[in-house]
Amino acid sequence: MSDVGISSIAGYLPRLRLSKKTVTQANAWLAPNLAGKGKGTRTMANWDEDSVTMSVEAIRRILGRDDDRSHVDTLFFASTTMPFADRLNSGIIRAALTLEEETQCIDITSTLKSGTSALIQALDKVKSGKSSHSIVSAADKRKARAASPQELNFGDGSVAISVATENLIAKYINSSSLSIDFIDHFRQPGEEFDYNWEERWIRDEGYLKIVPKAINDLFRKSQIDGSSIDHFILPSVFPKLDQKIAKKCGIDPDKVVNNMGLSVGDTGSAHSLLMLASVLEKAKPGEKILVCSFGGGSDVLLFETTENITNFKPEQTIENLIESGTEENNYMKYLTFNDLIKWERGMRGEQDRKTALTTLYRHNDAIMGLIGGKCSKTGTIQYPASPISVSPNSPDLNTQEPYKFAEKRAKILSWSADYLSFSINPPNHYGVVDFEEGGRIMIDFTDVEKGEIDSGMEVKMVFRVKIVDELRGFTRYFWKAIPV
Amino acid sequence: MATGIRDKVAILGMGCSKFGERWDASPEDLMVESYVEAMEDAGIEPNQLDAAWFSHHIDDIGAGKGGTPMSIALRLPNIAVTRVENYCASGSEAFRGAVYAVAAGAADIAIAVGMEKLKDTGFGGLSPTNYGTLTPQIGPSGSAPGNFAQLASAYRAKHGVSAEDLKRAIAHVSVKSHANGAKNPKAHLQKIVTEEQVLNAPMIAEPLGLFDCCGVSDGAAAAIVTTPEIARSLGKDNLISVKALQLSVSNGLENQHNSWDGSYFHTVRIAAKKAYAEAGITKPREQISMMEVHDCFSVTELVTMEDLFISDEGNAVKDVMDGFYDADGKIPCQIDGGLKCFGHPIGASGLRMLYEMYLQLQGKAGARQLNNPSIGLTHNLGGQPANNVCSIAIIGALDA
Repeated sequence: MSDVGISSIAGYLPRLRLSKKTVTQANAWLAPNLAGKGKGTRTMANWDEDSVTMSVEAIRRILGRDDDRSHVDTLFFASTTMPFADRLNSGIIRAALTLEEETQCIDITSTLKSGTSALIQALDKVKSGKSSHSIVSAADKRKARAASPQELNFGDGSVAISVATENLIAKYINSSSLSIDFIDHFRQPGEEFDYNWEERWIRDEGYLKIVPKAINDLFRKSQIDGSSIDHFILPSVFPKLDQKIAKKCGIDPDKVVNNMGLSVGDTGSAHSLLMLASVLEKAKPGEKILVCSFGGGSDVLLFETTENITNFKPEQTIENLIESGTEENNYMKYLTFNDLIKWERGMRGEQDRKTALTTLYRHNDAIMGLIGGKCSKTGTIQYPASPISVSPNSPDLNTQEPYKFAEKRAKILSWSADYLSFSINPPNHYGVVDFEEGGRIMIDFTDVEKGEIDSGMEVKMVFRVKIVDELRGFTRYFWKAIPV
Repeated sequence: MATGIRDKVAILGMGCSKFGERWDASPEDLMVESYVEAMEDAGIEPNQLDAAWFSHHIDDIGAGKGGTPMSIALRLPNIAVTRVENYCASGSEAFRGAVYAVAAGAADIAIAVGMEKLKDTGFGGLSPTNYGTLTPQIGPSGSAPGNFAQLASAYRAKHGVSAEDLKRAIAHVSVKSHANGAKNPKAHLQKIVTEEQVLNAPMIAEPLGLFDCCGVSDGAAAAIVTTPEIARSLGKDNLISVKALQLSVSNGLENQHNSWDGSYFHTVRIAAKKAYAEAGITKPREQISMMEVHDCFSVTELVTMEDLFISDEGNAVKDVMDGFYDADGKIPCQIDGGLKCFGHPIGASGLRMLYEMYLQLQGKAGARQLNNPSIGLTHNLGGQPANNVCSIAIIGALDA
């Protein structure tokens, strides 16, 4: 039987990094006990990002800019913060990525180990021959109450992994899973926030007992011991708990992988795999990596890097991502982006944002996949496609062939920064962008601050939340432009 | 080959309500105000009206849909009333309908009334609108100033104008309109402003500040048209006739095709060429006496000066700063204050522009009367730079 494992991996972190000191200082009068957590930063998603959009971004990083994505046959999406309780969330991701309709899309949720569980599923599916190329993506954008420890512990982010049998950078050796109804926190449908039990109990009775049990189970099955582990991955918000568990399992505490708690925070379902990405971008051939997760039990996966790892050069490493963030010292902006305060939206914020689902489906390729048209007669590229081509003096009928815009670069033709229209992050930037091969779209810009854009600047497309229809509980997605 | 509209139709009477924040006035009050003035000016009775056109853009906060709001408000004698809507160029559309009906011989006398009641929204500026079900899903979540402001970035990039120079030129556009509006008792805004005030005003949409944006107003305007022969038979002389009426509508090219550079109005250039040809104008910079253009935003007016072939391309900044379009300049523009100060009750604006040209041509413009104007041009734009309708009308003395 051929090897199965990871052929590519990439993470995505939102641009903004909330200074934790900013948070603890703002809340010092209310929650002085949190002062000790006021160190470093955590990632802070833009208001228009959620677990789906962040997953799309991570997966794009492993797929590259190639239009042909037909080699992907299965997509697993793992998150505890799926935007929809009943709408296939991985189906949204599929549509945005223009994966084939035949791609099997599976949502895995309800536990922080959903990311590792999804990876195990993908590995098993590829191993069984039922998939030749599966993608696993995990993302979380968890909401925490203002002035809570979780607000400082959490981070927003995503990761994507290609699971295949060829060009492996890390070979899958084995895994072990425990499913235990240990309730460190819970959240019922419709609830915004987790309810958390006492931290000491979670640490001592949860992590310290459950994780080693799963690790030892894997060691036994794989006939190895802790001394052979080169990288030990266990996300946790408890200081040094990872080292304690490593020691307990015979793993050298120096092999414990930095959990990025002071730069990224805990990205929930994504975090074990995000840490795996940070290891693989630096690993050497023949290294054993133990990936653990905790939540409703524990998953433990063992990988060994291959010779190919020396050629694994991601366009943007986790290290780059961490370094390239922009520190945000405006706690109010964080609260506003995350809908944690009642702020005055003005009458313009009252506009009815009902989405015509018929229209959305009729134009699904155009809206979700940013697919336009190319006139087979004149070659004119346009967005959206139309029955009659926009080609000047050549209004050809039914000549449009699908043309994908999402991975094309564009340049800003015209723009404005609008303070009048409703925006959660004013001023509202938008303008006309011209694409490298032709075609243009008047489009929203995101992840930009005032004064950061101008005509002629190069931009790329990102999949984001367009509006949230709070009346009906619907998230509308579309593409936006960000500076390259 | 169409012979065009030139001199086939004369204006028999016009009226215009006071524009502004008419908290006291209902849509019906506004219509009646403009109608009574127009009917008195025409010197006719309601039963002499054969057909009517009613322009009204935002029906959900105004008078409602259809022709009935006008027919009921004015108690018209059960004649045809056609409600027209073509964005902010709706007023010109109503005028076009009435003029064409008369030219076709389908009506002896026709009336056009435009009305908008905007100040019942509860906030400043125009209310956000959904344009169908697809556009909101793919278009930016913008506003009118944000769309028009984009002209500035593209114009600067194309002509190499600095942000400061362009900001100062568009400030001059607004300073000039405020000076003109101060002489117009029907104008919404009647105070002069300084360049410093304009430059330092709060930003609405880069680079447009508060004073770069026109007033959002309540108001109505009306025109009654007939043939020159009938006008004379009714005892009118020194007739003002329609010289040209052109409408050019975007077909998606600007929004979807890379050939448009974002710095000008594609439709305006097309409509202007056709209008000049229809009116027999060969040298607009010499032959046109005055203009009312669609200065929804100061930058719109600036680029429009080039699109109407008055200023050479890239030269509008210089002409504006030289005072070419000031009240004492070669071609006074927005002599009534324009949209900027007279105000912009959408459905009424095209007719309001014609009203000022009509008064000026008759020497009835009071404190702002120009010296012997003979040809007036109105430019009424709807939509936004990348997707719009442009209506151009030229009127003048029948024998001019």
